Amino acid sequence: MKDIAHHLLDIAQNSVSAGANIITIKITVSPKSKSAGKQDLIIEEKVSDTLTCEIIDNGRGMDQEFCKKVLDPFETTRETRDVGLGIPLLKQSCELAGGKLSINSVPYEGTTVKAEFEIDHIDRIPLGDVAGTVKMLIIANPEITWNIKFSSPEKEFGLNTCEIKHYLEDIPLNNYDVLVWIEQKINEGIREVFGGVLNEIS
Amino acid sequence: MKSVEELKAIREKALKEISIRDNENKIRIVVGMATCGIAAGAKSVMNAFAEELAKRNINNATVSMTGCIGICRLEPIAEVIGVDGEKTTYVKLDAEKARRIVAEHIVNQKPVVEYTIGEAEK
Repeated sequence: MKDIAHHLLDIAQNSVSAGANIITIKITVSPKSKSAGKQDLIIEEKVSDTLTCEIIDNGRGMDQEFCKKVLDPFETTRETRDVGLGIPLLKQSCELAGGKLSINSVPYEGTTVKAEFEIDHIDRIPLGDVAGTVKMLIIANPEITWNIKFSSPEKEFGLNTCEIKHYLEDIPLNNYDVLVWIEQKINEGIREVFGGVLNEIS
Repeated sequence: MKSVEELKAIREKALKEISIRDNENKIRIVVGMATCGIAAGAKSVMNAFAEELAKRNINNATVSMTGCIGICRLEPIAEVIGVDGEKTTYVKLDAEKARRIVAEHIVNQKPVVEYTIGEAEK
């Protein structure tokens, strides 16, 4: 995948297939916790901040056994073929950028997929068009409540499609003007929260 | 800044546009959006479909996404399913091709034969 937004589009669809009706996409930039030791070294090590992307759903979840197996590309619930690459590809993108992927799932309660990247790692893929991703997800699944959250050490942004529906009343969420509004709103949020924090966003 | 006032204005505008609630059957455009499709560029294809339908004010067609259609090497794939249930499968798409399909297939009801799976597999 070329960027993180493509991964999010892919992984969020797992949540949709798991029957979730509330899906949260959360992107956080947090300073890396200082690693212990090496204090007597004079060389100052540049510590990279961490970019964390989480997809949290209230779908049917997975039992512990399946949760462990899900990182294996040959483990999938889909019926067209026996290979599923969504999660393994995201894991690869994380690990190439000094991060990791973790999945936490409780049967009948939901699943959280958490992808971490080292922001300044040379191989970290860019954030990409997150607003466009959310737009696509809403077009395809307007009935789901999408919760978008961005945060950096200093700023925060949130958007919830349930609140937007409240203002729209009888107009569907996938009305194109509404979608464009949402897309622009999210882009503003990204610039506000991650501008200057992620070097691909000015 | 995007404001709630704008949303209200959009609502007013949309209310005027939906004069008669159309419950007629619609043409469905289904874009394959599994890992294979996304990696091949299905996102921009789907965006182009949605954008073009909105730009041309087409109300008798909807866009949605589906999982893997099963022929990943031909992604991005989209299926156009007519009101009569007839299905046309388009393969190896990009945004430009998607716009052409809207113009020719959805508006003028003439499938773009050169983009169909039958042509690609010859």
